[in-house]
Amino acid sequence: MTKSELIAQLAAENPHLRQPDIELIVATIFEEITAALARGDRVELRGFGAFSAKRRDARTGRNPRTGAAVPVAGKAVPYFKPGKELRERVNGGQPQALLRAARTPEQVA
Amino acid sequence: MNTLTRANLAEAIYAQVGLSRNESAALLETVLDRMSAALEAGEAVKISAFGTFMVRQKGQRIGRNPKTGVEVPILPRKVLSFRPSQVLKARINGQPVPRDEARA
Repeated sequence: MTKSELIAQLAAENPHLRQPDIELIVATIFEEITAALARGDRVELRGFGAFSAKRRDARTGRNPRTGAAVPVAGKAVPYFKPGKELRERVNGGQPQALLRAARTPEQVA
Repeated sequence: MNTLTRANLAEAIYAQVGLSRNESAALLETVLDRMSAALEAGEAVKISAFGTFMVRQKGQRIGRNPKTGVEVPILPRKVLSFRPSQVLKARINGQPVPRDEARA
């Protein structure tokens, strides 16, 4: 599903709305999330998931071809953590507890 | 650090589009639900200039209860991952947005 397919589906389901309004609604949602992350805020949508920006420190990287050390600046990386309800839906409605009964330390992290 | 919720997004839709507050909230919910339904069907959701949500299948593997050390099988499962677009990454770092806007 792409953004335009999402818009087309919403338009078909909401014949009382004009297509440009639907486009604006979808654009507004993703614009608000982006703007929040750019400000350093997080966005929590219960049941769906949470968006946040994780800080990555500066590090010394390497050019894989030459092996030369290159400084890599610190940066923020967008991160999405799916909500419990969405994780369960993706797994065919199976409660996470069943799948998680035997989780390992790296999964906890 | 502030946390935005559905209420903030619904308010933004209300302000931008001029629908009622109730309808703004309902449409936000519909958008999230249609995206969830596509993911539930195993389909990737690609939002240009934002990112791609996709479902990955993970096979069964042997895990260990960290407390007791007992080996237990971890069942096969599907996990959701999100790949941010170059545009989103740039905006979060206050950098100029890449020329190819559509790239996700």
